[in-house]
Amino acid sequence: MSFLKNSELHEGGIIREAGNAHDYQTGDWRTFVPQFVEENCIHCMFCWIYCPDSAIDIDTSGDKPKMKGIILDHCKGCGICATECPPAKKGKAALVMVREEK
Amino acid sequence: MAVNLKQLTQHEELLTGGHRACAGCTGSNILRQIMLTAGQNTVVGGATGCMEVVTTIFPYTAWRTSFIHSAFENCAATVSGAETAYRALKKRGDLPREETGRKNFIAFGGDGGTYDIGLQSLSGAMERGHNMVYVCYDNEAYMNTGIQRSSATPLGAFTSTAPAGKVKQGKEQNRKDLTKIMVAHNIPYVAQTTPFHWKDLATKVEKALAVDGPAFLNILMPCPVGWHFDTAIGMQLAKEAVESNFWPLFEVENGVYKINQKPKERSPMENWMKQQGRFKHLFRPGNEAILENIQTYVDEQWEKLLKLEEMTAK
Amino acid sequence: MEQKLVALSGNEAVAYAFKQARPHVASAFPITPQTEMMHKFAEFVANGETETEMILVESEHSAMSAAVGSAAAGARTFTATSSAGFALMWEIVYVAASLRLPICMALVNRALSGNINIHCDHSDSMGGRDAGWIHLFSENAQESYDNAVMAWRIGEHMDVRLPVMVNYDGFIISHTADALHMLPDDAAYDFIGKYKHAYTLLDPENPVTVGPLDLTDYYFEHKASQLATYERVPGIVQSVSEEFGALTGRTYQFCEEYAMDDAELVIVVLGSSAGTCKDVIDEYREKGVKVGLLKIRMFRPFPVQMIAEKLAGRKAVAVLDRSASFGGQGGPVFMETRSAMYGQQVPVNNYIYGLGGRDFDLHQVEEVIDDLQKVAAGEELQLINLLGIRS
Repeated sequence: MSFLKNSELHEGGIIREAGNAHDYQTGDWRTFVPQFVEENCIHCMFCWIYCPDSAIDIDTSGDKPKMKGIILDHCKGCGICATECPPAKKGKAALVMVREEK
Repeated sequence: MAVNLKQLTQHEELLTGGHRACAGCTGSNILRQIMLTAGQNTVVGGATGCMEVVTTIFPYTAWRTSFIHSAFENCAATVSGAETAYRALKKRGDLPREETGRKNFIAFGGDGGTYDIGLQSLSGAMERGHNMVYVCYDNEAYMNTGIQRSSATPLGAFTSTAPAGKVKQGKEQNRKDLTKIMVAHNIPYVAQTTPFHWKDLATKVEKALAVDGPAFLNILMPCPVGWHFDTAIGMQLAKEAVESNFWPLFEVENGVYKINQKPKERSPMENWMKQQGRFKHLFRPGNEAILENIQTYVDEQWEKLLKLEEMTAK
Repeated sequence: MEQKLVALSGNEAVAYAFKQARPHVASAFPITPQTEMMHKFAEFVANGETETEMILVESEHSAMSAAVGSAAAGARTFTATSSAGFALMWEIVYVAASLRLPICMALVNRALSGNINIHCDHSDSMGGRDAGWIHLFSENAQESYDNAVMAWRIGEHMDVRLPVMVNYDGFIISHTADALHMLPDDAAYDFIGKYKHAYTLLDPENPVTVGPLDLTDYYFEHKASQLATYERVPGIVQSVSEEFGALTGRTYQFCEEYAMDDAELVIVVLGSSAGTCKDVIDEYREKGVKVGLLKIRMFRPFPVQMIAEKLAGRKAVAVLDRSASFGGQGGPVFMETRSAMYGQQVPVNNYIYGLGGRDFDLHQVEEVIDDLQKVAAGEELQLINLLGIRS
């Protein structure tokens, strides 16, 4: 493990690099991983709003936001997205939890 | 102010991934949803607790806004200091940069930091009228230190300091009604919500930020570790807490109660409780009376809430 | 600089000094004997003499917490307390120093409970001596005022960034009218200068995370960096004092020396008791006894080198403590002083006095000087003694 140099530490122990937790990997916590089944997706954004880990990748450039997939660096595999996926309730899940091969 | 998900997706993510909350934590999702509505020009204060710990493990921070943590019991006082400093600096033209638009001050704490050890500091800050929103993420016990009972823990729940055993059946008291204690401060806005109800949550955050003066939000936070449930169902438990009337969605604007969702048919508490390991012992023979007490209490509280809505209607 | 000669209580004098700094924010909670200082300051605010925003909190714990929030937001901030109020703040007193926030605080020294007592001793300040603040002690209203003006410059210096506590004795200084010279408001503000922050929560373009969870891999490095700061403090205190001296004609050192040049016997003391000692020393000097006084002004950081140098080669030293360390070896001033003198062959004895506001009178000083003479003559006395107690 490498450490910040003492000269890189800020007075008062504060962090000036806002949002740098983005560089931290929590993806390796996973046992299960959500698999994105694009053809079933209605792009409702429920998975995105309910994700505790900001791990749903979306495209907001168009008229309507589009689900693109999972940010695997951050996804902890909790399965909330798959539970809340509306098409799943009709048997056409756009997110399916599968055991991850490591 | 109708909120929709399309709009929210246009907002900046101010809580990054890579924080260390447990898998399935609905608390980090609460923070994320709040910040989507609050926006960049926000100063956040956190009381010691799960959310403070998991978002700021040195040298990492998940916050893209400014954030301050000082201690467990003083989040409201700390943020009231920052808010006062803002007014003082602004008045004298001493702010670090010219600003247009609203500056938000949000303090958050868990139920331990809010119902218990931080209650005095919170009460003082609300009474003084600071322009800040205090958010309690209520997971109904001290989860960060290992699931000890708090005054927010419901009757009968198993915690590590009030466990179920041969002669005791979990917590022996009902939870404190903090939301109503905050209403008694006669502040402009008080509300309860959950992260499942994203539209309700975003609307309430916006209202809370918009009022001139203090506002308080109490947000139920299902905790897979402390409540013992599968990580995938946290949002469903938030939904069902509302459907059972255990956690009604309501708001109090300038003293006027409004219940935001009235279940057509309230679901029995047992359905909700059966999905959580913390209530497992209550379903053993001999504990029927406790289950009945829990249901009676929830129903009584709901009836009172209906009356309050009726009494304060304009 | 022409200065007005005024008659003020210590509390009023400090309130003037704080007003002259034009602080952005003051947090306040009442406790005797500090209250009067905040009353005076609140009057200034009510009359528009300073634009300070006051946060009238519901406890001292919140007073210090709000001060931390305010200072972290980038505002010049002060508070004040005494005794139990300081004890209640204690957790956040450490936080203020660790976050490197140059908050100023008047600590109007009063005994800690129990039993409850409202009068002066130094047990409040001494309880927080390892928290990381700079501790200045004052002998009278003049020195309280001067310390309260210099405190801002010291704490806010970019090489320091530490909170500063201005200690003055409860009632003895705080409530006694005294003559002092005061700088005109503008001159004082020019000396103190406009506030500059080292970081602020209020710049949305440069967000900071303050007070993160700091575990085994960095906490110690942060503490090492904080520890190194205290090495720099004395030099900055000295330069600020010299500049203040040039402006006012009153120059201060870490310790004040009184009749020390040829002194064989030395009393070491903090605060208002120094005045009492000086009077008795004058009497003994007239009788030909070579006794002097070393008054410690800056207790934190402890001026080890100066104390070791000034006490070297004397025949006997008596350290007076207005607080006790229960179960420890003498009072805190004694322990620090004796430790600074390690390796010297000078006998040092300790006298605990004045707890809970017990009068410190001329006879007690005489007793100490008489003892010093005996020790200098080779007699071995009790190491730790109580003064002014009924037997």
